Amino acid sequence: MWLTRPFRERSTQLFLGVLLAALAIVTFLNLALPADNPLHVSTYTVTLLGKYLSYALLAVAVDLVWGYLGILSLGHGAFFALGGYAMGMYLMRQIGDRGTYGDPVLPDFMVFLDWDSLPWYWLGFDMPWFAFLMVMLAPGLLALVFGFLAFRSRVTGVYLSIITQAMTFALMLAFFRNEMGFGGNNGLTDFRELLNFDLRSDATRLGLFIATGIALALGYVICRAIVASKLGRVSVATRDAEARTRFLGYRVERFQLFVFVVSAMLAGVAGALYVPQVGIINPSEFSPIFSIEIVLWVALGGRGTLYGAVIGAILVNYAKTVFTGAMPDAWLFALGGLFVLVTVFLPKGIAGLLAYRFKRDRQASRSHDSPKEAAA
Amino acid sequence: MSFLSSLADRDRVFDFLVPATSPVDVRHGPILYLDDVTVTFDGFRAIDNLNLTIDDGELRCIIGPNGAGKTTMMDIITGKTRPDTGSVWFGSRHNLLAMNEPDIASLGIGRKFQKPTVFEALSVFENLELAMAADKRILPTLTARMTGEIRDRIEEVLETIGLTELRHGPAGILSHGQKQWLEIGMLLMQRPRLLLVDEPVAGMTGQEMERTAELLTGLAGKGKQSVVVVEHDMGFVRSIARTVTVLHQGRVLAEGSMDQVASDPKVIEVYLGADPDEEVA
Amino acid sequence: MRMIRSFVPGLLLLCLLFGLVPVVQAQEDEAAGQALLEALAVSSYEAKSEAIESIITSGDERSRRWLEELLGGKLQRHKETGRFVIVLENRGRNWPVIDALSFEDAGEMSRRDLDRIGINNALRGQLQSALAVLDLYTDDVDDRRDAARELLGSVDAAMVEPLRELVGSEDDAEVRRLLEQGLAIHRLNEGDIDAIAELEGSLNSRVRAALNSATRSDNPLVADAASAALLDIEQKLRINSGLETLYFGLSLGSVLVLAAIGLAITFGVMGVINMAHGELIMLGAYTTWGMQQMLPGQPGLALVLAIPAGFVVSALAGIAIERGVIQFLKGRPLETLLATFGVSLILQQLVRTVISPLNRTVVSPEWMSGSLMINEGLSLTLNRLFVLGFALVVFACLMLVMRRTRLGLEVRAVTQNRAMARAMGIRATRVDIMTFALGSGVAGLAGVALSQLTNVGPNLGQNYIIDSFMVVVFGGVGNLWGTLVAGLSLGVINQVLEPWVGAVLAKIVVLVFIILFIQKRPRGLFPQKGRAAEG
Repeated sequence: MWLTRPFRERSTQLFLGVLLAALAIVTFLNLALPADNPLHVSTYTVTLLGKYLSYALLAVAVDLVWGYLGILSLGHGAFFALGGYAMGMYLMRQIGDRGTYGDPVLPDFMVFLDWDSLPWYWLGFDMPWFAFLMVMLAPGLLALVFGFLAFRSRVTGVYLSIITQAMTFALMLAFFRNEMGFGGNNGLTDFRELLNFDLRSDATRLGLFIATGIALALGYVICRAIVASKLGRVSVATRDAEARTRFLGYRVERFQLFVFVVSAMLAGVAGALYVPQVGIINPSEFSPIFSIEIVLWVALGGRGTLYGAVIGAILVNYAKTVFTGAMPDAWLFALGGLFVLVTVFLPKGIAGLLAYRFKRDRQASRSHDSPKEAAA
Repeated sequence: MSFLSSLADRDRVFDFLVPATSPVDVRHGPILYLDDVTVTFDGFRAIDNLNLTIDDGELRCIIGPNGAGKTTMMDIITGKTRPDTGSVWFGSRHNLLAMNEPDIASLGIGRKFQKPTVFEALSVFENLELAMAADKRILPTLTARMTGEIRDRIEEVLETIGLTELRHGPAGILSHGQKQWLEIGMLLMQRPRLLLVDEPVAGMTGQEMERTAELLTGLAGKGKQSVVVVEHDMGFVRSIARTVTVLHQGRVLAEGSMDQVASDPKVIEVYLGADPDEEVA
Repeated sequence: MRMIRSFVPGLLLLCLLFGLVPVVQAQEDEAAGQALLEALAVSSYEAKSEAIESIITSGDERSRRWLEELLGGKLQRHKETGRFVIVLENRGRNWPVIDALSFEDAGEMSRRDLDRIGINNALRGQLQSALAVLDLYTDDVDDRRDAARELLGSVDAAMVEPLRELVGSEDDAEVRRLLEQGLAIHRLNEGDIDAIAELEGSLNSRVRAALNSATRSDNPLVADAASAALLDIEQKLRINSGLETLYFGLSLGSVLVLAAIGLAITFGVMGVINMAHGELIMLGAYTTWGMQQMLPGQPGLALVLAIPAGFVVSALAGIAIERGVIQFLKGRPLETLLATFGVSLILQQLVRTVISPLNRTVVSPEWMSGSLMINEGLSLTLNRLFVLGFALVVFACLMLVMRRTRLGLEVRAVTQNRAMARAMGIRATRVDIMTFALGSGVAGLAGVALSQLTNVGPNLGQNYIIDSFMVVVFGGVGNLWGTLVAGLSLGVINQVLEPWVGAVLAKIVVLVFIILFIQKRPRGLFPQKGRAAEG
């Protein structure tokens, strides 16, 4: 079975081991230790880590298309945000009549705008199964339509990057409009519960953190399975010599579309897990800067490795938390500098460094071994 | 999504792929037939009313000075370039101008590029695996498994092209000549009916050239493969060719056996009186 | 009351014309003035109208000021003392006032002690006509034109004769035309069908109002003629608004062209993705601001000097980016995109830290403010016209550089075949630097021009980068003409859509249009053809 193939790889075993161990340790430190213990992990930190993990899943999705297919998407922020909005819509419907205006059906912002009924595209979002389906279908459908048009016309490389950026930008402008029915500027917020769990309770927050970790593990395995399959090798072939792959008889545009859509759906799931943890979704997630930032996480971690994307996402976002707290003005300098440094001096990212070290160590030990063998 | 795309793929099986994979109809003689083909780039006629016929199982060499339109001709046959006028038929049933590159490739036309293009990040073995004739739709590709049969076939080709030792190394580290061989190996994996080979011996040593010549002549034959070779190296052409076509300024200047062509005054003039036995660049 | 209102200005005109105004002595009687104003302090509007009439006919030199202040609601009366004052500023609790009779400073008064002399719409009309009539006698041509325009539609029987006289003695054609139109409206109201011929084609809203009411005339001939004239005018107005949309479209388009043309060189010709292009535009805009800070009081000179300065500043910044980052990323366009995006973040934050996160205002010199009047319904703002012209000049210069100079030749050579160009002795690295400097410098010029249209702030460049790329891609990469056509047409499309769907949706529609267009023609409007372009 192609999906179970990654479990036989050492790198995947290692990744899953580290991830699950981290989940277990954080859970233990949060639950078992008293709040005054220096090793206690507060629920605030747990939520922060959960946010990082949802970003990590997003980064894995970007690495799948960029690292293995050579498509630099500057639109994954949009897929992330669409998943987030789908989740946000469900959470809004869950508020019910407990909003400021007490309307049993309409969210507050619609009452405020004097709307008398739900727009058609809000229907069904009171049912969790439908909302969770839309978390994947909404970004998936956008990716399908957009990718179908783009790949069919062989728009790739820089052109594709630019038009994905334009797509994100257009969506951001659209979601800023109140008439769209997604809360305009303010977005969706004031959520109360998810599947009847109170979003403000510590237990729910810990649960969301664990759920995000598991989603990341699953997303990683799915991506790894794709990458390790023959389809993954076709992707790499497409990335390096698209025309050649076509002459081998592969319908390159369909492979691109398939991987692009899978990646967009993963990004949507990441967005859906992100929203209940931060408690808000607004059009700023569509901003082109955010989408480029995701690419930086992947570049820093090392593209084309998947685990590198996870490392990069967590590192950059941890740095962002630290910087914006301590010296907010310096953050953009640091981020900008990181873009330059990584692309110029560290094209293979941290994963590349690790692999280099690993290889050198191995070579060193081998050359150390060989005289013995010769002697023997 | 995977389900959706598989649906889309399955649809195609019935209306599209079936005729495409059905055997090429060569009962009426030629396997490839170019009729009055013209291509213009910004006013420059790269191909000018070109007529060319390749018979089933034939090994044909095409020579001509730079800019004669050899590569453009290959681009047209493989669907990369669309001609302004004319028609191109594969057998008597398939109109190549109505198809795109993957369709043409799965129909059984394989191509080796002038500049060897292998997938450098993949291993030699993987390169051959991708080239192999197989179900190349998405889901079958995703779930494809390496069977003993496939492995044997790849090993066999590795043997033929002499890259068995290097099979797990990345193709990027191969030498220029080895890359040429890998390209030919990939063509072999495709099992095409028609092979288009653009400068197969460029950058090869004399010994390598000999093996290539053996390989190509071994491939061509009735009911097996037809081979079209574009080459500058006259020694090599002489060693393999039965029929030679000389292209010049986008049209056929002469056609016949190597000796006939070499003594054709028009050809000699085009090559500026150069001895055709010597290498012309 | 209606009768009175129309009667007063006519009477005034008669007085003025025939020297009937009694020359009042300089030592104006305080009491007489007080009495005139006192008459205004009644509640009946009819009585107030009569009081205004007597002020006008009094010939008092102060009457003009009184009428103006009355119109503005600044003429007020002290509740207890009955003293009339003019309020200078009605903010806060205590208002600074001057005496209404002597116009001398009268300190401050509590607003609770003051009574405003209220007027209604009828009185407002009466006051406006009266003031307009007074203005017909000033020396300033513009004032006379405004006055004549003001009188359109309010000419009455009593004014006809004096106005005819005035038309004869007026030397400004525009004033004459307006007065004749005023008279024609009067005749039209009287049912004179010939008057319509004189009003035909006028775009003035009052003329249209007069014609409109004439369509409801009892005389079917007049009604028909008025409808026909009105149709004609509406046709003209449509053309006008079409021209206006076109102008705004071209203006927006010229901004897009300016922003994109530098990119057309760095991206289109060199194939370098410079995401910091927007910030180079921003640097040009800040250079203009800086110039104006250095030359206070001379915004025009500063602006002219900012053109070369902006070019040089952005070109130097461009060279720094090329040498510091881009040269290490040759042949890796996606990495170049990321690295230059990093540079753009740094530049933005640099401006925020060093100058200010807030927007700076760049002053427009006098010769660039104001507008060019084409006809009564259409005037073109000068600053936009200047930017449009500037964009075309910059474009022409660039074309010259690329087509006629050694640099242009070398750039084209290096673009087409780097190795061959180097073999022929062209120093490719130098050409790279020069080309990038040129593209960046042009971005600086765009910034100088933009500073005249929008606020100058750290985010200025960000707003243009996506649009710029769209323009270049839409026009066809590597084709300067394509960029010009794409920029201008996108500007016009945007403006044509805006009235229908609103500004934001228009932008979205244009973006979606381009995204779809690129699917259809991946190489833009004017693609490069041939084998070299396939690569």
